[in-house]
Amino acid sequence: MQKCKFEARPRNAVRKTGKTVYELDFEFKRFYRYFYKNFQVKTILNEQQLAITIKRLSHQVLENNTDPDDLVLIGLQPRGVFFSDRIMEEISNMLPGRSIHYGKLDITFYRDDIRNELHVPNQTDLAFSLENKRVILIDDVLHTGRTIRAALDALLAFGRPAKVELCILIDRRFSRQLPIQPDFTGKAIDSIITQKVKVFWKERDQKEEVAILD
Amino acid sequence: MSLSTKHLLGIKDLTKEDIQTILQTAEQFKEVLQRPIKKVPSLRDVTIVNLFYENSTRTRISFELAEKRLSADTINFSASGSSVSKGETLLDTVNNILSMKVDMVVMRHSASGAPHFLAKHIPAAIINAGDGVNEHPTQALLDALSIKERLGQLEGVKVAIIGDIMHSRVAQSNIYLLKKMGAEVIVCGPPTLIPKYIREAFGVKVEYNLRKALEWCDVANVLRIQLERQNQVLFSSLREYSLAYGINRRLLDSLNKTITIMHPGPINRGVELDSDVADSKQSLVLQQVENGVAVRMAVLYLLSNRQN
Repeated sequence: MQKCKFEARPRNAVRKTGKTVYELDFEFKRFYRYFYKNFQVKTILNEQQLAITIKRLSHQVLENNTDPDDLVLIGLQPRGVFFSDRIMEEISNMLPGRSIHYGKLDITFYRDDIRNELHVPNQTDLAFSLENKRVILIDDVLHTGRTIRAALDALLAFGRPAKVELCILIDRRFSRQLPIQPDFTGKAIDSIITQKVKVFWKERDQKEEVAILD
Repeated sequence: MSLSTKHLLGIKDLTKEDIQTILQTAEQFKEVLQRPIKKVPSLRDVTIVNLFYENSTRTRISFELAEKRLSADTINFSASGSSVSKGETLLDTVNNILSMKVDMVVMRHSASGAPHFLAKHIPAAIINAGDGVNEHPTQALLDALSIKERLGQLEGVKVAIIGDIMHSRVAQSNIYLLKKMGAEVIVCGPPTLIPKYIREAFGVKVEYNLRKALEWCDVANVLRIQLERQNQVLFSSLREYSLAYGINRRLLDSLNKTITIMHPGPINRGVELDSDVADSKQSLVLQQVENGVAVRMAVLYLLSNRQN
């Protein structure tokens, strides 16, 4: 991966100006946009690599969960469901004729930052009990771990699963704020807090790739 | 994301976007109510007082349930059996309750404008659960959700509001909401129970003939005759009212289409609505009550933003 051009700047700027990282983040972005008319976009995975990674993760999930009757796949709203749709598609192709439990979970009402900001809820679609099932939680980017914490809380309203595992496309390691780690990882990357990692999907963004936005 | 107002005093103050946000959020809360564990921790740190200066069954239970399903702490206050009978004023009562660190007030009062008065004087968020003959916003929102579920949309839907329009806060809130969402509204009832200038004030149609109103509409929202608010004789007897404006099976069967019947409750069976109509598949009465909890959860959730 190409080295980030401005990696050292935020930390120095925090010391010099006494502003928070978020304020600086905003100022830096405005600065970048002014000069480059755009974000700096660096591709981490292109369309072909992304397809291979999804295929590999689907195989890994099945390798660890041999009985598909007990298996439950759950995509996290809003952006995790594009990823979980792909995993579901791959696994269905590998097990023709078998039906696999697949649901979508919205965690809005379980967030811990509700005091600061309200979010619009998305649809939850879990039409079965999770009692004694092996659940695979699926999300696109794992950053601070707070979304997964909320998702674990939300899951318990649907029964007591035998096991919960986490499948992540991009793991932003070293930026965790809670002790949460993925069981299946597409790609682990190093990034700083001012950067954004975004997964683009054909259904929504007309292109398919994973990129870092500076 | 939040509403354009800090309080929910009436539908009058809401924008179309606010109403859409509330209904959209309520649909998600409806899903929560289908789960084995029907509780979310969203308002874990919020304390809400239910201040009821007037009798209520549905609204009060519905609000209390909504608060509990959101994990809020609740206090119930009713005027009877409190220091109100010793002469304490509304503002004093509320200020005393608020000094015990309460974040939101759900209130019902027999005086129109009581929540608006409180909103000017206290810092907590206020939700109007019915004030006199003015507004009952959560009832209008749950009616809208029920219509949307049954007919798929609100825009272009033809709604007849039938009965005691003059004394009904439900009618006023419903008219505000339906007009904002692009529905067509007709009001129907005896001339003495329809305000004189309602056509000019709200842009609704007026019809004195029940049959004509029913033939025109998709949804009939039937209201209760509010004898407790009528301090003069406005029609000769309930029996006569029932003959002219009561909805019965025979009347509905003689129409050339199936319309949806709604009623905000409590129903006076045999007066405005016959039992066989109220309990039929055409009636949305129990769905309305079910939607009430979801809508009130949405309103409480959206007004709980603790930064402002």
